Amino acid sequence: MATILEDSKFNPDQKLKVVGTNPVKHDGPDKVTGRAKFGADMYLPGMLFGKILRSPHAHAILKSIDTSAAEALPGVNAVATRDDFPELQAGTPGGDLSRNIMAREKVLYDGHPVAAVAATSESIARRALKLIKVEYEILPHVIDPVEAMQPGAPILHSHLRTKGVEGAQDTPTNVVERLVCEMGDVEKGFAAADFIVEGEYDSKPMHQSYIEPQGCVASASQDGQIELYCCTQGIHVFRDRIGEILKIDSAKIRVSQSEMGGGFGGKTSPYAEPVAAVLSRKSARPVKIVLTRNEVFRCTGPVSATKSKIKMGCTKDGKITAAQADLVFQTGAFTGSMFFNGPWAMFTRYALDNIHTVACEVVSNRPKVNAFRAPCVPQIVFGVEALVSEMANKVGMDQIDFRLKNAAKEGDTTVFGQTFERIGFVETLEAAKQTDHYKSKLPEGWGRGVSTGFWFNRDGDTTGSLTITPGGSVTIMVGTSDVAGSRISLSMMAAEELGVPVEKVRAILSDTAMMGNNRVTAGSRTTYSAGMVIVDSARQAIAEMCRRAAEIWGVPVEGVEFVDGAVHPSSSNVGEFEPMSIAEIAAKTSVSHGAISGHTEMNVTGAGPGFGVHLVDCEVDRGTGRVDIKRYTVIEDAGKAIHPLQVEGQYQGGAIQGVGWALNEEYIYGEDGRLQNPGFLDYRIPVASDVPMVDTVIVEVPNPRHPYGLRGVGEVPVTPTLGAVGNAIGDAIGIRPTSLPMSPPKILKLLKDAGLNTN
Amino acid sequence: MAKTHITTTVNGDEYEVLCEVDQTLLDVLRDELHLTGTKEGCSSGDCGACSVMVDGRLMCSCLVLGVEADGKSIDTIEGMADGDVLHPLQRNFLELNGLQCGICTPGILIAAKNLLERNPNPTETEIRFWLAGNLCRCTGYDKIIRSVMAAAEEMRGN
Ligand code: FES
Ligand code: FES
Repeated sequence: MATILEDSKFNPDQKLKVVGTNPVKHDGPDKVTGRAKFGADMYLPGMLFGKILRSPHAHAILKSIDTSAAEALPGVNAVATRDDFPELQAGTPGGDLSRNIMAREKVLYDGHPVAAVAATSESIARRALKLIKVEYEILPHVIDPVEAMQPGAPILHSHLRTKGVEGAQDTPTNVVERLVCEMGDVEKGFAAADFIVEGEYDSKPMHQSYIEPQGCVASASQDGQIELYCCTQGIHVFRDRIGEILKIDSAKIRVSQSEMGGGFGGKTSPYAEPVAAVLSRKSARPVKIVLTRNEVFRCTGPVSATKSKIKMGCTKDGKITAAQADLVFQTGAFTGSMFFNGPWAMFTRYALDNIHTVACEVVSNRPKVNAFRAPCVPQIVFGVEALVSEMANKVGMDQIDFRLKNAAKEGDTTVFGQTFERIGFVETLEAAKQTDHYKSKLPEGWGRGVSTGFWFNRDGDTTGSLTITPGGSVTIMVGTSDVAGSRISLSMMAAEELGVPVEKVRAILSDTAMMGNNRVTAGSRTTYSAGMVIVDSARQAIAEMCRRAAEIWGVPVEGVEFVDGAVHPSSSNVGEFEPMSIAEIAAKTSVSHGAISGHTEMNVTGAGPGFGVHLVDCEVDRGTGRVDIKRYTVIEDAGKAIHPLQVEGQYQGGAIQGVGWALNEEYIYGEDGRLQNPGFLDYRIPVASDVPMVDTVIVEVPNPRHPYGLRGVGEVPVTPTLGAVGNAIGDAIGIRPTSLPMSPPKILKLLKDAGLNTN
Repeated sequence: MAKTHITTTVNGDEYEVLCEVDQTLLDVLRDELHLTGTKEGCSSGDCGACSVMVDGRLMCSCLVLGVEADGKSIDTIEGMADGDVLHPLQRNFLELNGLQCGICTPGILIAAKNLLERNPNPTETEIRFWLAGNLCRCTGYDKIIRSVMAAAEEMRGN
């Protein structure tokens, strides 16, 4: 029989009862009453409070650490330093992670951990940190990625040589990798162009800014088992990476996930969790560590700063003929930015024959970057969409028509080698054209911006199971995380398959011992992939129920079928039997034949790429440079919206995160290499009064590889935002900004330089 | 360090607590009483996740010392529902998907309830400004504002 990956049995004409409705999510009641337990909400008997001492320097040799006074403080039960972490080779994934979690030879950024304590109260732990004496030899530092590439720049890692460059390299560098992506012949493409446009763009790091700081409790027992409770986007990845850096058999580590108060990519790798585990082993007591907001800003996340130089050309009838880019991605103190996403995704909405990009990943004295919705893509699309708009204007075409003319379709091949199956970009653009927003007349003085975005969408290793109770209720369990409501969407798909109301289904998130491996919940993969394994598990349970009903009726299993939540004889030839519901079969056979269940683990494939279009109207205050977002519409292909309210929430939340990044959010460093705005007062994310309602249009071009046609929807909504806001500002003031964030001082400078400001 | 004995009423129940002088009311609620519905997002008064009512006034519990709660009456998210009947704000947040991850939700519900007590018929702009001290990173605020508006309408008896 064909597997679900070979044949999803997607049926566009299926009458859906549950999928496409908006039931209250099952984790909701606990979250509106304060009962839900997040990372910081666990308390165990005898638990200690852990705190981490962090470097005040951007770059220094760690000469010595004296913890004796801290150890002597009453109430302190354990102190940990680099000596408590096995030494792993620098420049390997484990060696890098270990050094990021606890500095070894050097500190590489302001906030880099150097020691940790566990004490009977937070207050004692804080006092103990002050008693630790650290001797540093301060080194010159480098913050800016382009400066870090220059000869003579301070070097972070003496072992580092650039990957992707031919020939021997004698001297260390800060350039981790140079990646060339190309197709066709750009020279020929530009020669065929009537218009050539180009620009240089830059962006600063923004932080994921989940409202819940990382929190965990680790509890090590004397026989070497470690239990870890934490907020995480990947229990198995945490288990395996912690095992790797502490050199513990990862089977001895059990990671359970709390509710997660936002992650957006930032909770895909561990920070304080291994430190808590070490402190717990040393003290033989449970240890809790909750990061402060200051620590979250200085030491976790953020996203890559970038510089890009982009050139595109088109014919006078609006066909893009070539695209070229030079890109620099700052990755912080250690590699791992996933910068390849930038060159792969930047032009991918458009069907281009000729592309040439060179992208470099560079280390500098900042916290190691972490994933954020569509890592390394939105800040590059910011420049691409400026040029696309400029080309449309030069050709004299409507902004959406120009994009339609170049839109990627089924059968087109991408620069990363994938040939698109059924995708919905054209439909999304057409839907954007039909919105009231696009048709509305722009009020005097406002500007309107259009931008499009793309994300691959991910899939991969996923495990799930489903059990039917003797009473006919359904429990499903997955080893993925729930970042914004996947439990209800999974329950809905199970309910649809089994023909039961969604209230009969409950979804549980497993710990690492209950379920096999799962890739991190990231890249918009979870509802797609976990949905696949849950539907497959439900189909196994259905097959089993058919076998049992056939046995009860004494007919061959081929003679029965499962329709609308019950097993029926497939024709009157089989015999006259009353259909048997799930509840009846479960009640009759659970004891005699065991529970009815299904279980699936697979490397899921077939994630359907997602496309979106954003429309933004803004007004620019010519006296202050402040940009006011007046109207916002997100149009995006969801394949199929399982829970439309949740899909809208993804679109709206992504758009407003992008607005913050576009207009305001950035890391600001002082001359001393220290972060100057590590708090929500000075790093200001959008507040309710900053933004308007966000209108949404859910386009549904099903992905036939999925039983219900869905595509991931979490990443795409951030990819067009920066470009759309930039284009709207450009339309309002006649000058397209090129530097992110487009904050009031920068806009004011543009206005002043052009003689347009009113002061 | 010597601890200070305080007596405080939380959601109608009287508690006696020994707290360290540098503990905030948020620390006391969470670490001493294990009422973890009140959340910590920043500890600096910037995110509103820790919002509670202190003698009927909306406050960031991270900016109040535990010892200041002596003799005061505190209301937290755990006291918002009436037994097993949810407050209309809670119900509307559920029905209209006013929460995604839910970490900001307790603080937003406490603040929104206080708003509706003072102004049963707020405009969208009034809600947006009232909640400007409550950060949400997931929703973009759209469905939060709509949930508050729907609850207000329901509570006005429309
Ligand atoms: S924790 Fe009190 S305002 Fe953020
Ligand atoms: S729902 Fe996640 S921060 Fe508001």
